[in-house]
Amino acid sequence: MIELRYFAWLRERVGTGHERYETEASTVADLIAELSARDEGYAYAFSDLGSIRAAVDQDLVELDAPISGAKEVAFFPPMTGG
Amino acid sequence: MEIRVQPERFDMGAELNRFSAAQDGAGAIVSFSGIVRDVASGDLSVMEIEHYPGMTEKALAKIGAEAIARFSLSDAFILHRFGKLAANEPIMMVLTAARHRDMAFQGAEFLMDYLKSRAPFWKKEITTKGDADWVDAKDVDEVALKRWST
Repeated sequence: MIELRYFAWLRERVGTGHERYETEASTVADLIAELSARDEGYAYAFSDLGSIRAAVDQDLVELDAPISGAKEVAFFPPMTGG
Repeated sequence: MEIRVQPERFDMGAELNRFSAAQDGAGAIVSFSGIVRDVASGDLSVMEIEHYPGMTEKALAKIGAEAIARFSLSDAFILHRFGKLAANEPIMMVLTAARHRDMAFQGAEFLMDYLKSRAPFWKKEITTKGDADWVDAKDVDEVALKRWST
């Protein structure tokens, strides 16, 4: 089981900020494909991959990054700090 | 180096004075503050800033350490707020100290460019009419970031 976290409009579209999830996925992109197949909310949230950023164990990664052994994977839109 | 992530307002002058008093041998201190801007229609009710507790502190510490190493800063300070903010309130502050001004200025610019698009904060603008819009990331911020990747 891994902890999934969602932020900003991804959180709103998915409908939750975090959840525990059992996955067979080996990369972030595989995980996105799995989640998108769950229901319309997830499919909508992940429909534009260009607007998705991800972090594995709180480090920013590319979408092809592996998730094996990860405790936490987070998804969010491009950041707007400062 | 000090990193602070907080919902509370802060006093820019007090932070600058405290930081300055702690320096020894720095010939230059640069201060930058970001302020909540009103929306184009002039009816911003509140700006809500969401962040990723844990990753935020980790990302800021990494960016800060990189700035210190790259620009030979003697010290750096990053403060960023989250939660509900009103127009004209300070959002964040960056302070850098170095022996000479060019490194202090560059260090502060580097920190700001990274903070804009690599620290996990998201802004949402809510107007008095009740419209709520997530602020889009800007292409110019990515361009600004690229100039440091040499």
